[in-house]
Amino acid sequence: MPIIETKDLTLQYSAGTPFAKTALSHVSISIEEGEFVGVIGHTGSGKSSLMQLLNGLLKPTSGQVLLEGKDIWESPKEIRKVRFAVGLCFQYPEYQLFEETVAKDIAFGPKNMGLDEKQIAARVRDAAHFVSLKPELLEKSPFDLSGGEKRRAAIAGVMAMDPRVLILDEPTAGLDPKGRDVILEQIRDYQQARGTTVLLVSHSMEDVARVCSKVLVMNEGKNILYGTVDEVFSRAEELAQIGLAIPQVTRVFLGLKSRGFDVSTHVYTARQGRDEILRLLKEKGGKP
Amino acid sequence: MPQMIETKDLTFQYDIEGEESCLVLNGINLSIEQGQFVAFLGHNGSGKSTLAKHFNAMLLPSGGSCMVLGMDTGDEDKKYDIRQSVGMVLQNPDNQMVATIVEEDVAFAPENLGIEPKEIRRRVDDALKAVDMYEYRHHDCYRLSGGQKQRVAIAGVIAMQPKCIVLDEPTAMLDPKGRSEVMSTIRALNRDLGITVVLITHYMEEAVQADRVVVVDDGQILLDGTPREVFSQVKLLKSVELDVPQATRLLYRLEEAGIQGLPRGVLDDEECIEVLSHYLEVHGCR
Amino acid sequence: MIRDMTIGQYFPGKSALHRMDPRAKLVLLVVYIVMIFLASNFWGLGLSAVFLLGTTMLSKVPVKTLLKSIRPLIVVIVFTALINIFYVDGNTLVQWGIFRITDKGIYTAVFMAVRIILLVLGGSVLTYTTSPTDLTDGLERLLSPLGKIRIPVHELAMMMSIALRFIPTLLEETDKIMAAQKARGADMESGGLMQRVKALIPILIPLFVSAIRRAYDLAIAMECRCYRGGKGRTRMKQLHLGGVDAWGILATSLCLGGVIALKVLLPSTL
Repeated sequence: MPIIETKDLTLQYSAGTPFAKTALSHVSISIEEGEFVGVIGHTGSGKSSLMQLLNGLLKPTSGQVLLEGKDIWESPKEIRKVRFAVGLCFQYPEYQLFEETVAKDIAFGPKNMGLDEKQIAARVRDAAHFVSLKPELLEKSPFDLSGGEKRRAAIAGVMAMDPRVLILDEPTAGLDPKGRDVILEQIRDYQQARGTTVLLVSHSMEDVARVCSKVLVMNEGKNILYGTVDEVFSRAEELAQIGLAIPQVTRVFLGLKSRGFDVSTHVYTARQGRDEILRLLKEKGGKP
Repeated sequence: MPQMIETKDLTFQYDIEGEESCLVLNGINLSIEQGQFVAFLGHNGSGKSTLAKHFNAMLLPSGGSCMVLGMDTGDEDKKYDIRQSVGMVLQNPDNQMVATIVEEDVAFAPENLGIEPKEIRRRVDDALKAVDMYEYRHHDCYRLSGGQKQRVAIAGVIAMQPKCIVLDEPTAMLDPKGRSEVMSTIRALNRDLGITVVLITHYMEEAVQADRVVVVDDGQILLDGTPREVFSQVKLLKSVELDVPQATRLLYRLEEAGIQGLPRGVLDDEECIEVLSHYLEVHGCR
Repeated sequence: MIRDMTIGQYFPGKSALHRMDPRAKLVLLVVYIVMIFLASNFWGLGLSAVFLLGTTMLSKVPVKTLLKSIRPLIVVIVFTALINIFYVDGNTLVQWGIFRITDKGIYTAVFMAVRIILLVLGGSVLTYTTSPTDLTDGLERLLSPLGKIRIPVHELAMMMSIALRFIPTLLEETDKIMAAQKARGADMESGGLMQRVKALIPILIPLFVSAIRRAYDLAIAMECRCYRGGKGRTRMKQLHLGGVDAWGILATSLCLGGVIALKVLLPSTL
């Protein structure tokens, strides 16, 4: 059974008025437990609306969101439980920090869940560990942290709810290359350690190719592609048509293939590219 | 002709009360010619933004000097001449708009300079045309996309008719579409109007488009040269937590694996395909 | 949501009203307000309403958009009406215990409600047809004589225009922060008054922090663009009174005359 599933999910803003605007139309996807899904699409493609529908922050105009087979809006009073099970970390999450100390801020979610002191402390410790925030930082004010540390503290605040599904909306936006790599690795480690299903919204195809197992492509309010990284990136032309650029290395290998070289085009990182060239040289060529 | 910007042994330190002062810039010697497009690369905290703020006298050197078109930034009387010659665009487009309506925001700087109303009108129209936002002149800034907002911010600076614009991570908060809009606007300003461009960024794809790349690390200049020269130093860049374009990295990895004779500092896909297919051809891999 | 609030919103256009000098519009708005307070019967209010309708038609602002501006004030209007219903003496129509509704009470309540609505709509016609910069410009120039008695008119006008510029940005930010805290299980819909006030903390603190950050950024951006106060500053848009303004003044004066005539000739409602 898929962990989370949507059926004919449609969202209109100002529904029923002449200003109605469709943000999402008839989206049906199903995501298996433990999957690491990259979500790509332009601003306004509906991906942000979809993420907020999945954890019940927005209510669909029609269609359903099923969490472990159960409609999340079956009992609207229980919607907060859905938000704990499907953790959503917004873009620039550091702007929501508010507590006196980092530890208290990370504890905000677990506290709202009604856990006891001991459990909360354990949750905070674990979450801080996943984003490698040193224990001495936990007693500092969140406003005294560096930019990258604030971002990690905010992500820990969502991880601390220990959600079944973790959604991250562009967790690396605005960071420098080092900061980007660190956060991506931490999310990947978290995913592997916990087996949590993760949805990662990103503009960077390279990042998606590097850490995700599946890719969901959104365009104009519809889910146009969903499949493994290989399946989706092999349709480079379709992606280019809607203005999404595939990784540079992949473009290089598509170019080599079109020039008649027998290379695989399932190459997304420089490392994979090197291996593919070395393979070709070994099989067909003389000396490497 | 005087250099657009020239620094000599520029140092800058913050004095935090009760703590040791913190040296952010340490002996920067740099000269930027008029009409150049220079990208400054460096990770967060490397000092690149602090350096940029010296170029329009928003910060003054603690030691050494910074000259703009022959004017010393420390000269209080020249402060506004310098700020008019070197316009600055900041990272967050929302936070640098003063007025609600696009053309009124663009008019803000010339109004401050006390220019004749008719001339302001002309400059505002020209500036909006230069960034391709003229049709939006009566729009509400708030409703524009990120890329459009940032272009309006650039127009707001162009309306001062500066010789140089400094952009401090102008694309960090934009999506890929906004990013490419802003980059093509910057390139056009440099190419068509001959404006000197100083671009602070940590995106390699953007630095590649400049004439010259300066890598700043730990308050010092680490590398300075053409994009090709700079990006051929893959190892050095990695050691200061910077990245290189994927194509460059691919060839570097092949070199690491013992493949010889590949050129260094290849930047775009076309060239990379060319280089690789030539190599594979020679080694009989077709 | 909060974003639907329309305070200080501008509806771009090129109508006669948009082209009027903001100073003329501001003065005429004051005259219009005086007119509404002078009107002492429904005939007078009716004439003011016709005047408002006329200006709305001229402004080409959709009536629906204009009506939206009443929404945030509905509570105030209803409250005023209720007070009048119960407190004004007259011939009793219905009575429950101490609560008594009189014919005059209903009359007054309706009258007051209409008066407030006309006031709000009049103000909205001004803000819808005048960009915030024009508005503050007009205000700055009208009040410039106050500069002589050391009132910082330019600074106040600049503050007002920046505030108007940042209202939508901060409202959107509030929405975002609320969504983010709700995603962490913040409960803003239940509990007693104290709990609800407490639930605001996770929203207000980030909002203040962000407003301060934005103010800091804006100050830098303004300095980079050579801002140094009102001295020596020029304006792109020159204000000058023209034909439209003359017509506006004429029409408003006629209406004011009409309302005064109606007040004198017909009995008062109040």
